[in-house]
Amino acid sequence: MEDEAFTDINGKAIFLDCQSHSSFCREFTVSSPKVSIGKVMVYTCSVWLLAYAVFFFTQNTAVLSSAILITLVGMMLHIHFVKVDHESLLVIGSLGIQVSSSYASGRETTTFIEMSKIKDIVINEAIYMHQIIYYLCVLLKDPSEPNAVSSVVPLFQVRMMHNVLISQMETCFWKASLHLERLYFPGKASNKHIVNHSILFLMNIVSLSFRVQSRG
Amino acid sequence: MVLKIFFPQCCNRADSGLLVGRWIAGHDSAVVLAVIHYPFIPGQVKQYIQQMQAQSGVELSVLGSWSLPKDDQEGMESFLRDLSTIFPQERWLQISRQVGKTGFTCDILNRDQTDGREVQQKVKKKEDEKTDGEAGAEGEEEEKVIFVHYEQRKVMLSQLHPIENGVPDPKTDPPSELRQMFQTVARSHPLFFLDKYDDGPLKSTHWQSEGREASIIVELLKQASVPLCLLISWLLSIWTWICNIRIFSLYPLRFLSSKLSTCVQLSYRTEHMRTLSSPKPAAGHTQFMRKANILVSFLVDVALGMLLISWLYRDNHIPMLANTLVPAADHVAKELEELLQWLMGAPAGLKMNRALDQVLGRFFLYHIHLWISYIHLMSPFIEGILWYGGLSACLGLTFALSLLSDMVALLTFHIYCFYVYGARLYCLKIYGLSSLWRLFRGKKWNVLRQRVDSCSYDLDQLFIGTLLFTILLFLLPTTALYYLVFTLLRLGVVLFQGVLHLSVDFINSFPLFAVGLRVCRPYRLAEGVKFRVLCDEPGTALHLLMEINPLKCSTVVQTYRTPTYSCYPKDSWAALVKKLFVGELIYPWRHKTTKTD
Repeated sequence: MEDEAFTDINGKAIFLDCQSHSSFCREFTVSSPKVSIGKVMVYTCSVWLLAYAVFFFTQNTAVLSSAILITLVGMMLHIHFVKVDHESLLVIGSLGIQVSSSYASGRETTTFIEMSKIKDIVINEAIYMHQIIYYLCVLLKDPSEPNAVSSVVPLFQVRMMHNVLISQMETCFWKASLHLERLYFPGKASNKHIVNHSILFLMNIVSLSFRVQSRG
Repeated sequence: MVLKIFFPQCCNRADSGLLVGRWIAGHDSAVVLAVIHYPFIPGQVKQYIQQMQAQSGVELSVLGSWSLPKDDQEGMESFLRDLSTIFPQERWLQISRQVGKTGFTCDILNRDQTDGREVQQKVKKKEDEKTDGEAGAEGEEEEKVIFVHYEQRKVMLSQLHPIENGVPDPKTDPPSELRQMFQTVARSHPLFFLDKYDDGPLKSTHWQSEGREASIIVELLKQASVPLCLLISWLLSIWTWICNIRIFSLYPLRFLSSKLSTCVQLSYRTEHMRTLSSPKPAAGHTQFMRKANILVSFLVDVALGMLLISWLYRDNHIPMLANTLVPAADHVAKELEELLQWLMGAPAGLKMNRALDQVLGRFFLYHIHLWISYIHLMSPFIEGILWYGGLSACLGLTFALSLLSDMVALLTFHIYCFYVYGARLYCLKIYGLSSLWRLFRGKKWNVLRQRVDSCSYDLDQLFIGTLLFTILLFLLPTTALYYLVFTLLRLGVVLFQGVLHLSVDFINSFPLFAVGLRVCRPYRLAEGVKFRVLCDEPGTALHLLMEINPLKCSTVVQTYRTPTYSCYPKDSWAALVKKLFVGELIYPWRHKTTKTD
């Protein structure tokens, strides 16, 4: 469906897939490339060479076995907790939104947000190092105050960034949600000339320190 | 508007019949709970539903009809439509399924009250088939249907978090759709008692229709728990009567018992036993989990205590311990004496004030001598004390640890005394110095205004003040050094006691039952749900599978922690360092009183 090449914040290629199950149910999947064998080999070899060099000087065999153990444990932790295989957003009209990330080891974490709790979906901006990046987030209602926003939930919580044109983004998400139809750009109401620049989507907020208050 | 129908997975292959369930108000959705099969007598069905409604408190009604036509059943269409006249409803659902196909089809019949005629809406198969003519004729819009399949037994047993107890606040929003759905299924368990072996007039299909499930062990435990609870409450009443005897309410004993951690732990466990032995069953989910957690942690505590006892009382461990205790105390005393001799000399090359040094050193040496004689006096009884003290571990490992902590506190009482003497002296000196330093600069502390004001002193005041200031200043290193040494010793003891208290607190408050439930039956504690789109055939409504998303382990521990008199650091690091510097006495661990719900 998309013939643009998307890259993430670190320059790696990612893929977007939209699947429409019904007129009011859509699923968007963002997938990143798999772990490359070359990189794994490079890391393993460098760690082991280092360990062998240390062994050469100290003649302590515990260094070698600990290096092997560290590499194995590190790889297992990486594919289980760090390496995201794909993330998907399932929008079901009048039920809610489901966000799920699936890791390289097969682990899946899923969150479902009910329609009654969603106030709005907006594009928010944040400062990440030297650039400003935009990310899609869901505003949740505060149970005690009907007009306030209780929390901001960023979607696609992985280090990803899309180079997507506004028009495509609009079509995708406009058709998807019957009830969540308002996407507004804070402060830039109808400037279509933004379309000409490549808008950087931030899908990055893994760390909780990026809870940016929305202007909602 | 989209109509959502929550359909139980157990009814996917049920024979044709009537759908019984509940309409969720305000959300345009229906929960199907059971299917009542043909043949039936409508009057009996209505009576049964009213009976179930009274028993469970859920607004049950007949939602519609379900048809899975077998080979020999023809002509059901008109029969099914006629049923809607027997059970008058706002909306009548006609769900049907073909054998061999996985998709369902749903027709919705609306009863239009004002016109008195039936307005029928058919569900469209595909968006593209929508034609304007069809919509224009009757003036109604498309009605789309989502079938959400759920596993009835799991949803019935599960509890959605965050838990909302009691009467909902009218100002806040009504409970969400999912919460209402979970509550409906959970409260309808009287509906699931009718199984296919009953000889009643009605036959229904639900998750228990193959036969009611029960566990013999659970039933036996339930029967056995009643006399056990009575016994425990009787024992507790005797114990409370003993504790409330007047002689124990005298001031010194009361003060002591609030300081000794064994007594605190005893009172805490008494509270637990009182909670456990109450004759009423648990009122809600939170109460049930609290009771279960308390019971399991108590049993684990006692088991660990028994393990400790079995290790302690074999192979002569106790005499061995007793025989090493007195030499260890002697060793500590000798080390302290050497330390004091070192301080009385020239410690680390610093030059001390000879006179003050000798005074303080001799004072502390005499204390150590007293303490060592006291230990030697007690040495024949130590083995007996250890033997009987070890028996307390049969009440639980926490008791043994608290006893250990108390014994350590008693045995290192001299270090505590030294610390207090040193701290008081140092504190006096520091305050004196600061006050005289202000005098030196011509200022004074104004108590009324709580600030520093300038003041003009007389000459003799200034002279004496400066003299005293000089004396105190030159005596400062000596006092400071003694203070430093004894503070470090005291902090070491406090650290050890703190570790013991933290482990007691951990055993007391960790919700083992909840964590076990999360590991073995993850659907019982639900954080939310997750949906999966079932691959369906084109032309049918959307089918979703709803699965339960279990709570994260960290949330489980946080939600179900038993509140305790936990020891936690009273001051932050900065405040602690400031107190140490000024010489205030520090009591770094503070006992919190038990929170009441």
